[in-house]
Amino acid sequence: MATEIARVRVPARSARGELRAVKVVWKREMIRFSRDRLRILTSLMQPFLFLFVLGTGLSRLASAGTHGVNLRTFVYPGVLCMAVMFTAMFSAASLVWDREFGFLREMMVAPVRRSSLVLGKCLGGATVAAFQGVIVLCLAGLVGVPYAPGLILEVLGLSLLLAFAITAFGVMVAARITQMQSFMALMQMAIMPMYFLSGALFPVSGLPQWLEILNRIDPLTYAVDPMRRVVFSHLNISAAARHALDPGVTWWSWHVPGLVEAGVVSLLGLVMLTVAIVEFGRAE
Amino acid sequence: MSHPATTTSSTTPTRTAASPAVLVDGLVKRYDEVEAVRGIDFEVASGEIFGFLGPNGAGKSTTINMLCTLVRPSGGSARVADHDVVTERDDVRRNIGLVFQDSTLDGYLSAEQNLRLHAELYGVPRELVRERMRQVTEMVGLWERRDSLVNTFSGGMKRRLEIARGLLHSPRVLFLDEPTVGLDPQTRSSIWRYIRELKAREDITIFLTTHYMDEAEYCERIAIMDQGRIIVLDTPEALKEKVGKDRVQIQTDDDQAAIAALRERFAIEATVAEGVVTFGVPSGEQFVPRLFDEWDPGHPPIRSVSVARPSLDDVFMSYTGTTIRDAEATSTDRMRNVARIMGR
Repeated sequence: MATEIARVRVPARSARGELRAVKVVWKREMIRFSRDRLRILTSLMQPFLFLFVLGTGLSRLASAGTHGVNLRTFVYPGVLCMAVMFTAMFSAASLVWDREFGFLREMMVAPVRRSSLVLGKCLGGATVAAFQGVIVLCLAGLVGVPYAPGLILEVLGLSLLLAFAITAFGVMVAARITQMQSFMALMQMAIMPMYFLSGALFPVSGLPQWLEILNRIDPLTYAVDPMRRVVFSHLNISAAARHALDPGVTWWSWHVPGLVEAGVVSLLGLVMLTVAIVEFGRAE
Repeated sequence: MSHPATTTSSTTPTRTAASPAVLVDGLVKRYDEVEAVRGIDFEVASGEIFGFLGPNGAGKSTTINMLCTLVRPSGGSARVADHDVVTERDDVRRNIGLVFQDSTLDGYLSAEQNLRLHAELYGVPRELVRERMRQVTEMVGLWERRDSLVNTFSGGMKRRLEIARGLLHSPRVLFLDEPTVGLDPQTRSSIWRYIRELKAREDITIFLTTHYMDEAEYCERIAIMDQGRIIVLDTPEALKEKVGKDRVQIQTDDDQAAIAALRERFAIEATVAEGVVTFGVPSGEQFVPRLFDEWDPGHPPIRSVSVARPSLDDVFMSYTGTTIRDAEATSTDRMRNVARIMGR
């Protein structure tokens, strides 16, 4: 068989090559997510339960304190964050599977930087999770939140940011934890307290001091609060209701602006990304 | 089955000037107190099919991992495709293809998507990807199945796809770590067919490890490894010639008495291997009638006799004093140690 062989010359390392690696790792996440329709459906389950079962049930108790605002509307930004968080967590978990099924090795021996692989993974997780946020955004109309283009864009941006930080956190953990059970247990142990402390399900003003301190330490607070601000800025509600339900995070009575909050989340995300890159770079 | 010619023949005339594909000098790997590779030296010529033979736990995979830049050597040096495995890691990686013992495919992607992903990671020029992909998948007979999810593939198909993927970026050296382990005999032989075809078609060096003696015979040269050292390195023919003897195995009720009788009457040193009395004689068929003629009624009765031409098994035995299967049994403890340390 005297066929002409297409001889390939693998080019030397270049920025373009690294970019291709980031892109292909990202693309793989997209392909896998689009294949996994069941996952898209099941990940809607939790937000749905929180919004329509818990939200409806508790609204009968809480109506006195919400100044006429439906409790479902109040918890909506928190539920949005939850959907994004859990999706991001599962994206990072897939790295543990990749190791288990050997695919991680295929990536680790490629002539590209580990940082490109980690970055691609985090961006992929962020995109998938932000997409999940968009799906939850479709439910907005059912809880009295308008479909305003500005709102959608801002929510999308914040979802991307939050998802990126959570994926980076997960990837950082996955660099060390090689067993799925341990990884999931550890993530639950970290994510659940963070979620409950973040004020996703309650307003962050007038809390007992211990809870206020924990709330302000919790990084997730700085993702949930801007998300709520964005949603509430598009609601037509009384000033009293706004004051009670969307008080905003304060640092020693300084009202922290949304941009600073987003900055805190970005910074943490970048720090964790750096740690993840260092950890994976070290692994043989 | 015809064996490939030795490396000194003229089957590879264009490669006389080429530098060695693999050059290893005093390579050592220690995991805490366990020394998995204890200082090995060898050279693989460009275009050669080179085999690493030895029981599980002999240090073959550790060596291959060092050559592939996945494991950092504790001592010594190695060059692959003219690049140092420690200081020029990326250059080595660009020039090698890898097929591991365990699958490293993404089962949730199609065969084509797996290959395209590989092409992107290795920076294969886009305009060449499709043509090259077609060539490598046609070689392993998977072109028609390129759109199927890898999870629907059998073990043999997955291994074939991995070989195709390892070749996608035209590596100078293809490393195959136990490429046929866990496959049925038919698939094993087809994998060997691809390897030989490949060597005929492409300018490539093939470096593989195996613990199947019969497969090692397909290699042009073999290094036998045991307990972290290379015991001997030569062509399969030369190795067998050195042994020179046929292997006779007899089954008796009292092995020790039989060994003593052999020593006393025939001046033959026999050992117990794989549970039977084993020894070598220059001409087995002629020895067996003599054995029965001169076997005293007082000696333990012989239940069965088998005679075999020298094989690599005998080569292994003559150098290590044990068969590869027995060596695997005893090296299990060593392997557990290494696995325990590596599996942190």
